[in-house]
Amino acid sequence: MSTALIRNPLVLAFLSILVILAAGEIISPGFARGDQISKLLTVSAILGIVAAGQCLVVIGGREGIDLSVGVMISLGAVLAGNVMSGSNGAIAPAFLVAGGATFLIGIVNGLGVTFLRIPPLVMTLGMTGVVQGGLTVITRGIPSGNAAPALMSFVNEPLFLGLPGILFIWALIGVLMWFLLRRTDLGYAIYAMGSNERAATLVGVPVRFIRVLLYGLSGLFAGITGVLVIGYTGNSFVSVGDQYMLLSIIAVVIGGVSLNGGTGNYFGVMLGAIALTLLQSVLTTLQLESWGRQLTFGVVLVLLMLLYGRSKRQRV
Amino acid sequence: MSPLLRFMTSRTWLVALAALLVLVAINWYLQPNLMTPRVVRSNLSVFLPVALVAIGQTYVILAGDIDLSVGAIVSLVNVIVVSLIASFGGDVPGILGAMAIGVGVGIACGLVNGFLVAVLRLQSIVSTFATGIVFGALALLVMPTAGGSVPSVYWRSYGGTLGGVPVIYWIYGVSLLMVAFIAARPFFKHLAAVGGHRAASFQTGLPTTRIRIGAYALCGLFSAFAALCLTGETASGDPLLGQALALSSILAVVVGGTALAGGRGSAFGSILGAIVVGTISNVVFFARPPFEYQTLIEGAITLAALAGGVLVARGRRTQ
Repeated sequence: MSTALIRNPLVLAFLSILVILAAGEIISPGFARGDQISKLLTVSAILGIVAAGQCLVVIGGREGIDLSVGVMISLGAVLAGNVMSGSNGAIAPAFLVAGGATFLIGIVNGLGVTFLRIPPLVMTLGMTGVVQGGLTVITRGIPSGNAAPALMSFVNEPLFLGLPGILFIWALIGVLMWFLLRRTDLGYAIYAMGSNERAATLVGVPVRFIRVLLYGLSGLFAGITGVLVIGYTGNSFVSVGDQYMLLSIIAVVIGGVSLNGGTGNYFGVMLGAIALTLLQSVLTTLQLESWGRQLTFGVVLVLLMLLYGRSKRQRV
Repeated sequence: MSPLLRFMTSRTWLVALAALLVLVAINWYLQPNLMTPRVVRSNLSVFLPVALVAIGQTYVILAGDIDLSVGAIVSLVNVIVVSLIASFGGDVPGILGAMAIGVGVGIACGLVNGFLVAVLRLQSIVSTFATGIVFGALALLVMPTAGGSVPSVYWRSYGGTLGGVPVIYWIYGVSLLMVAFIAARPFFKHLAAVGGHRAASFQTGLPTTRIRIGAYALCGLFSAFAALCLTGETASGDPLLGQALALSSILAVVVGGTALAGGRGSAFGSILGAIVVGTISNVVFFARPPFEYQTLIEGAITLAALAGGVLVARGRRTQ
């Protein structure tokens, strides 16, 4: 019983968060203060929302992975910045344009993966190059556009209970993801096709349609993240999303979702995103040389994966 | 099946070769001096590091894994070799010693990856991403900022000729021999078996763990070779030198007709793949599209080439 509890990814992720918080508080007193935590949660929310899409694609199986989320975030940020140009009235259109464009890109990824049967890693890697090119066409290499003031305060300033609005959006996404995965036929179909695609097809799950949709949703989440990123920073630059590409995959893995598909849930991924953000922030406060920070980050990642990212042993 | 068809379907690199011929024809039309010895040599020396890393990546992918840390391995070997040459005094035995140690470091990095993936059973994408961070950190420890230099004998020999033939052609030649040697060993068949049907190869008694570790070690070895070449090219050390190499090596492998799921493909195809990917860049550059469209066109052609490589690798599977 107790080992089962320790083996539970949710419990593990939560424990790692507590350990990192404690370490942060010891290293620099005040690290775990309320307003600090709210700032860290804001950064976690940005990673967590893009990881929602990544998590769906991974659970859906067939080596599902989306390497194009990074450039799609950048695209979302650039599009949103240009649509808003600092005006509050244009926030909703900004979400529509950014989310719509990245949703369509995700659909193209999904079509390539399902109908041409290109491995997801290759398809989304290739798409990364195309979207990168699209970004250069739109921006001509010069960053442009800026966030509306209302969006910036929604992301950065306390809205309710001392927490910024973005956290409520994230919580809402968490509930929606739980509902989708655990309370709808679609959710069960996603797990079914992730663990055994053939069986899912035979019982009548529209596997191809759902897989295309999952990649579309991953694009949509990346686009929304892009809008929030420009809300966080104020203005965009062409590579603003790059760092999230592999971080979102790591958040999914340390959140207890197997890259083999068919298992895991989004609450784990949320905790994974928080743990990753805290870890990076503790390492920043450590005032190490950059190599020391990077080394610790890499080693801790390996240790976290050792806790629950392992595959099954081969058996005869 | 006719003998011709069998010949073609058993060689997934043929399509990469066809793509290469078409691209070279277009490139030649756009750049009339393409086939002069000087231009051929400079192009091939630009493609060489990616080709070497792609050879190593092929073995890992054949065994059903992937190595995202190759770029960091290249950086680490580069800064270690440059620093060691400086501390050994810069004479020829010192240079050779530093190069040998660099190759050893590359193999050691590969063994670490292999241990994590095959023994500790971590998922290869995320664990080699993490080890890439660690190797990158070590490179920053050795050399915090780009700098240093290698003695002129190093880069002069790399850019020079041996017996009238440019040294980089010798490197291509030796690499091809190594590729052919490895492909003729039982190890290569075992690699493909482990990648294609891991459970079945485990059940028939293949030492799957050792084979996968071997693939990572080879990948580290070829990454170290790439680092030595890049060192000859840049004549200095840079802890961020290899950054783009992980993704471009995977591109080259897939374009070269190796199935990403493992089990099918060849390192020879990956060399062709690296040249194809590089030539796409050249063609787009010399076609002189409006400046801002260059990356987009390059990305679209690369995606098409990737799709082509995948379809070829699969076409054989359905036979």
